[in-house]
Amino acid sequence: MNFDVREIRKDFPILEQTVNNRRLVYFDNAATTQKPRRVIDKIVEVYTQYNANVHRGVHHLSNLATTAMEESRQTVRRFLNAASEREIIFTRGATESINLVANSFSQQFMSEGDEVIVTEMEHHSNLVPWQLLENQHKAKVIKWAFDDRGELNLAELEELITDRTKLLSIVYVSNTLGTINPVEQIIEIAHSHNIPVLVDASQAIQHFAIDVQQLDCDFLVFSGHKIYGPTGVGVLYGKEQWLSQMPPYQGGGEMIETVSFSGTTFNQLPYKFEAGTPNYVGIIALAEALRYVEAIGMDNIVAYESELFTYLAEKIQSISDLRLIGTAEKRASLVSFVTDFAHPFDIGTLLDKMGIAVRTGTHCTEPIMQHFGIPGTVRASIAFYNTTEEIDILHDSLLRAVSMLK
Amino acid sequence: MPRYFELKMNELESRQQQIIDEFGVFTDWMDKYEYLIELGKELEPMPDSEKTEQNLIKGCQSQVWLTASCNGGIVTFRADSDAIITKGIIALLIKVMSGLSPKEIAEADLHFIDAIGLRENLSPTRSNGLASMVRQIKMYALAFASE
Repeated sequence: MNFDVREIRKDFPILEQTVNNRRLVYFDNAATTQKPRRVIDKIVEVYTQYNANVHRGVHHLSNLATTAMEESRQTVRRFLNAASEREIIFTRGATESINLVANSFSQQFMSEGDEVIVTEMEHHSNLVPWQLLENQHKAKVIKWAFDDRGELNLAELEELITDRTKLLSIVYVSNTLGTINPVEQIIEIAHSHNIPVLVDASQAIQHFAIDVQQLDCDFLVFSGHKIYGPTGVGVLYGKEQWLSQMPPYQGGGEMIETVSFSGTTFNQLPYKFEAGTPNYVGIIALAEALRYVEAIGMDNIVAYESELFTYLAEKIQSISDLRLIGTAEKRASLVSFVTDFAHPFDIGTLLDKMGIAVRTGTHCTEPIMQHFGIPGTVRASIAFYNTTEEIDILHDSLLRAVSMLK
Repeated sequence: MPRYFELKMNELESRQQQIIDEFGVFTDWMDKYEYLIELGKELEPMPDSEKTEQNLIKGCQSQVWLTASCNGGIVTFRADSDAIITKGIIALLIKVMSGLSPKEIAEADLHFIDAIGLRENLSPTRSNGLASMVRQIKMYALAFASE
């Protein structure tokens, strides 16, 4: 394996620091990843060399910025292996991508009484947009429950599908349970009933290769900041056959063709869905992050991270006072756990004092907490810059926290 | 200022000073948390019947319940939390505030919080929780003062 984590860590300036007099150990990667130097440099490069508003300018700088932004769209297209750059819509993040589909897809393809199936393990961002539709009587939300290990039962899906089912919207990797859902099979089942599928790849895109044509998903969303890119930029991939039929989500500049008081016509894909000045600096920096990931190599990332994840899961499981939440056979990148005697908040606070960043709480997945009857979990999530030594530090610090709280 | 009031002011002051002295011994935040955890464990648990939505303090990452009663011009607080450290923090507040008059509580300047570094050491979300606890304690006191 051509992968040296000590070299990789040098790319991430933030990892050098100490927290509470201890070396920072960052295990909150599922919330956001740290940024490599070249992504940070790219942001500075745009602002210092070719900052100008994109698309409508005739001048030199605007041309450079526009070219850089549209090259970035090509980079995203290549990264996802989408068929066309018209299928790549830039948004503020996965949340906006889902809201866009919820609004525009439902306007064109749904009417009162129609159903959307979501799983019990969705992030709130893939549940609440559909509930908003439900409140407006535009859709009915159907829950696909998971079992106590955190796995979905494919046979149950067949039972949930009715002739009113118009869309299936599912998470690829659960941000709380770590479950990798069998998205390919799920899509196959849905398509056999002519139901399109939206895949929330927010916790998948940074951990393994995704080929949207091979998956055959109809929509796929992710946020840039979870794959070493900047905040405030995200992607909506959608098959052209759907996007071309869907009405615009927001109105404004950029998304129009002609405007008059007697009527307005809309721009073509992908601009139809990109109202207003886009976050072109973020978009250009996101493409740089994707190129960075490509340079390291997804195969290398998968190999290293799976070793790291196995070690993390073993070390956490070796502490008898901790109980894992999410024990699906196929998991990646994170572990969630609880104790019988302390609140996740207690553990997180003490780990922070020992220099370790983890996340505590419901992780925007309250239905999962309700399923297990717990107030929250402690979640440790990895990136490829983490090391087994850091997992040892986490393990030892957890032992100390547990002995203090017990 | 009447004499009994002065005495009581000193009581509030001396309680705060005592906590500042106790925390002054600790060199590491882990030791301070060890002490908070101890306080949390020592705090008498609240009966479940009092852990109601009405007694719940909003704005904390963990759940905190607080009740107050006023007898003979003296306020007594009881509190509980599902997190031990949070319980330790509210126990500290109760240690300072319980047994004083409504007016004293309402007007109390809780400088010990900054002096022991509790506020700066808690992240904004938790610090908001601390602020919510103090606000609720003072709200109870104001309600009793106006009775």
